Amino acid sequence: MSKDENWSEIIRPKRHWLDINLKELWRYRDLIMLFVRRDFVSIYKQTVLGPLWLFIQPLFTTITFYFVFSRIAKIPTDNVDPILFYLSGITLWNYFSDCFSKTSNTFVANAGIFGKVYFPRLATPISIVISNLIKLGIQVLLFIGIAVYRVYFHGAHININETILLLPVLILLMAIMGLGLGIIFSALTTKYRDLSFLLTFGIQLLMYATPIIYPLSFTSGKLHQILSYNPLTPIIENFRYAFFGIGYLDISGLIYTTVFSIVVLIFGVIIFNRVEKNFMDTV
Amino acid sequence: MPAIKVENLYKQYQLGQVSTGTVAHDFNRWLHKIRGKEDPYEKITGENSREEKGNSKYVWAIEDINFEARQGEVLGIIGRNGAGKSTLLKILSKVTSPTKGEIKIKGRIASLLEVGTGFHPELTGRENIFLNGAILGMTKAEIRSKFDEIVAFSGVEKYIDTPVKRYSSGMYVRLAFAVAAHLEPEILIVDEVLAVGDAEFQKKCLGKMKDVSSQGRTVLFVSHNMAAVKSLCSRGILMERGKISFAGGADETVEHYMRVNAQNLKPKVEFNSPELAEGNEFVKIKSIEVVPENPFITHDIYLKFSFWNFTSTKQINLAIDFLDLSENIIFGTIHNFKTNENNLCVGTCKIPANLLNDGVYSLNLYFLNIEMSMLYRKEGIINFEVEDMERKNAYFGKINGAVRPILEWKDNLENF
Repeated sequence: MSKDENWSEIIRPKRHWLDINLKELWRYRDLIMLFVRRDFVSIYKQTVLGPLWLFIQPLFTTITFYFVFSRIAKIPTDNVDPILFYLSGITLWNYFSDCFSKTSNTFVANAGIFGKVYFPRLATPISIVISNLIKLGIQVLLFIGIAVYRVYFHGAHININETILLLPVLILLMAIMGLGLGIIFSALTTKYRDLSFLLTFGIQLLMYATPIIYPLSFTSGKLHQILSYNPLTPIIENFRYAFFGIGYLDISGLIYTTVFSIVVLIFGVIIFNRVEKNFMDTV
Repeated sequence: MPAIKVENLYKQYQLGQVSTGTVAHDFNRWLHKIRGKEDPYEKITGENSREEKGNSKYVWAIEDINFEARQGEVLGIIGRNGAGKSTLLKILSKVTSPTKGEIKIKGRIASLLEVGTGFHPELTGRENIFLNGAILGMTKAEIRSKFDEIVAFSGVEKYIDTPVKRYSSGMYVRLAFAVAAHLEPEILIVDEVLAVGDAEFQKKCLGKMKDVSSQGRTVLFVSHNMAAVKSLCSRGILMERGKISFAGGADETVEHYMRVNAQNLKPKVEFNSPELAEGNEFVKIKSIEVVPENPFITHDIYLKFSFWNFTSTKQINLAIDFLDLSENIIFGTIHNFKTNENNLCVGTCKIPANLLNDGVYSLNLYFLNIEMSMLYRKEGIINFEVEDMERKNAYFGKINGAVRPILEWKDNLENF
């Protein structure tokens, strides 16, 4: 027997921590799309209203916010129609928070299937981000519909400018950041389960630290400074600028967010990759 | 030509509650690592043994495993529960990684540690074929090209557009196996898949596995079904306590396994206090005893049970399965126990004379509450050998079968 045979694969204890098999992930792209389909088809089965829930959730939150923050707390919305102001913030925020929270329990939630068969584990969080993207698309359409309604029947002002072309970039940034943070947490929660409790709570806090229910211009001084460190702030602000013409176009903020998101994603993929090989022993 | 080669494979597991002390251990590991020293927890690792409770927090689930499987060979892997078979399979199928050593593989590898992994109950049979196929590593195009074959093999054509949650368990398994059977990897790993489904379906599965190997693919087959191992495999590996204790032809390996098992008879267990006893928060086993210790076929055999019932209800069910050496269930029985004021349940079960054949039998115990949901299960806690003494006719060989009842025979001479 020749001593150097052509083995096609060698299973070893540890691989180099940068050894990330993106080619293999690409080979499993059909699986990712089937996961997306599964998530979409199964989630609204046996509900009476079905996909209508995609509309009901943001609308009800908007109405609640409108009464609590606009009518009772009297927080200004920079002269933007408050319904549209909240709906725009919620639509974008929900995408980020869904990506983050749903990918953050990848290992724990899929332990059953991960324990039985191998496929690139990243397929699962990526499919979550994509299926939420479809959901976001539908909700953006809802937002546009409501915007048209508000403009024609209630005289709301919108001011769409060319920065709207940045919208895909904004969404991509949220996807990257949500995925990156989610898989970092998913890797950590396999060992330290406590983090998942912290996370639910943390995401809620993060929403209040992001200008969702108030415009950035409402804050000043130290608080303003802190908020501008939040990498989500430029995304929300830029979207509102593109749609309502309020605030300002914050290119440097966007660059900051881009760098942050990419760093988080790279770090996430590395740590996810480390954990995926042995997490079955600890889950 | 070897298709798969396993070299010096080790796998370490941590015992007990994983979350306790992990931060401290991780930190300690890291300290050793940056000083260039060996992992401190590899040294205190005990061997994989269920009986002896070692002090170490880490065990080797498998230790120094070396073997290779040639292309087109069906290699059987047998051993008792907990011998490390499943760990080996998990490493082979990349579900977890080894602690030391390596496995070299030639070609695509697919594992069937379970059929129907990833089936979603709300999706239809058709959708699940695609989903499950993709999980097992097929592309959409591959699945599409084999779709009709898969459906035909499963025999659920009529229900292919019905959500699988409406399927009977048999249909579910058939569909799941059909998908798996149409994978075309160079190396196929099969674990206990045959334990499910009816006899006809099992036959179909075994046939399919034979086909796979005759097409020049390699199959690693882990099973408790000794008959299946004997008929399907050309070679066998026997695992004991995480190590390979025997390797050879399939028949020899099975025989060796049976012999080793017979040496480990344990007709009695007894624990003095609930703290030391086997069990959980609901049930603790006090003692189980076979009387007499070396029973004969022609005499009654008594099984004496006593256990603590710590549930809030006074009644508790104990179901027992009797298994032969090949771990086939011979029969099962159930009894409703009443609990006394010390939380103790005591009872005796009589196995009438002339029921069990000669051979070794082990017991699986299932403690259930009155709603019949599982409180505690314990497999193989005791076993005993029934011996054959008196024989009236001239034949002294073993009479076939797991049971040997005395049946009523009549000579109907008047009808001649």
